[in-house]
Amino acid sequence: MDITDPTARPRLAPHVRMVFNAARGEHALLSPETVWVINATGAAIVELCDSQRTIAEIGAELRGRYDQVADGDVQRFVADLVTKHGMEVDHG
Amino acid sequence: MDKPYGLLAELTYSCPLQCGYCSNPLQLDDYRDELSTEEWKRVFSEAADLGVLQLHLSGGEPLQRHDIVELVQHANQLGLYTNLITSGLGLSTRRAEQLRAAGLDHVQLSIQADDQALSDQIAVTSSFERKRVAAGLIKKLGWPLTLNVVLHRQNIDRIGGILDMAEAMEADRVELANTQYAGWAGPNQAELLPTRDQLEGAEAVVQAARERIGDRIDIIYVIPDYYSKYPKPCMDGWASRQFTVVPNGEALPCPAAHELARGLNLPPATVREHSLEWIWTESPLFQQYRGDAWMPDPCRSCDRKEIDFGGCRCQAFALTGDAARTDPVCHLSPDHGLVEAAVAAANDPQRPKDGPLIPRAKVGRTKRAVGATPGKTAGTPVQLSRTVLKGT
Repeated sequence: MDITDPTARPRLAPHVRMVFNAARGEHALLSPETVWVINATGAAIVELCDSQRTIAEIGAELRGRYDQVADGDVQRFVADLVTKHGMEVDHG
Repeated sequence: MDKPYGLLAELTYSCPLQCGYCSNPLQLDDYRDELSTEEWKRVFSEAADLGVLQLHLSGGEPLQRHDIVELVQHANQLGLYTNLITSGLGLSTRRAEQLRAAGLDHVQLSIQADDQALSDQIAVTSSFERKRVAAGLIKKLGWPLTLNVVLHRQNIDRIGGILDMAEAMEADRVELANTQYAGWAGPNQAELLPTRDQLEGAEAVVQAARERIGDRIDIIYVIPDYYSKYPKPCMDGWASRQFTVVPNGEALPCPAAHELARGLNLPPATVREHSLEWIWTESPLFQQYRGDAWMPDPCRSCDRKEIDFGGCRCQAFALTGDAARTDPVCHLSPDHGLVEAAVAAANDPQRPKDGPLIPRAKVGRTKRAVGATPGKTAGTPVQLSRTVLKGT
């Protein structure tokens, strides 16, 4: 099963949540032992990872908002976090 | 200087267990004058202002604090990710429901082995069954469950059974870290350090379990650094990412730095006298080993100095009496013979496998409690070196 499958529906893992850290002015994903600092694009992706939208739909939605969203950006971001147990995906 | 991401709040050194691998300091009596509820709340607020995102509530046993729910609620309102590091003793259904309602994000439960007799023996307390009940309660209330089993010579051969137990408990993460020889684990090091054969066996079991279990459980396995070629990047560098506040309000750059801090004879960095911002940015203790100006050779000229930061200052202090030396774990350290001798002793075929551990002492909760109802003790060594991954 390929975690970068465009039909996969990602969501944050149950123990992970996103915060905006006002002291630093940056977004971060928090989990029991890890802080992942993410940029604004990453935060926009996470907000769309609701286990309903597919990776392809998230990419399309972001391209409607931003000028530069490279093919594969969402896949790479999600796959990286899935590998680190920060995200989960449903297939089909 | 970056801002800290994590605060380890060691709320109390009181604990119902007496594990010989405990990382709490030997001089437990020095920490009885615990911060009040209001003082801890102020510490959490200042931490959040300083940029802290994660709050690890530990001890001792943090559930020994009667104000634990109030403290969690305050931290949650500040937006902190709250992590309770517990033995499970004291986690009644009512307490757990209150903590859930207060917004506690995550629970890390310590268990000493997968076998009741061995687990209770290591904890020096009848506790295994209560821990099993606590694990079920944690899952039932919908928390992610991290199971923490500190590994050592006396339980590492049970690692297969421990992983089976984690599966049966539906743990989301399991931390199988070999003991760091800080605090009570220091005098117990010879009885805790496993043999090379034990480690090879354990690694094979972990590898097979990872293939079998796949993504269902995140398995973290850490070998004893005595068997590593290079030291671990302890705390990602001194006073770099996180810090600790101990029960009496002293702030430490590392959870094991109690004795080191006193040995330096620097003015104490305590939250009762200073703001967290001053402690983090200006206190002599936190400045002491920041950056690399303090480094001796071989670290100073080593191209790994940005990778492991010279290793663990507390380990250097514990083994050599000088916290500014290269971590003796490193094969390049002039003191590496100390570690080699310990490894050789652990692998001596004449050495019995299970000798007695010195149980961690019991300690009362506050100075007022002296002589009245002594509390009990043990702690869950906390592994905090992997906290920040930038740039995802």
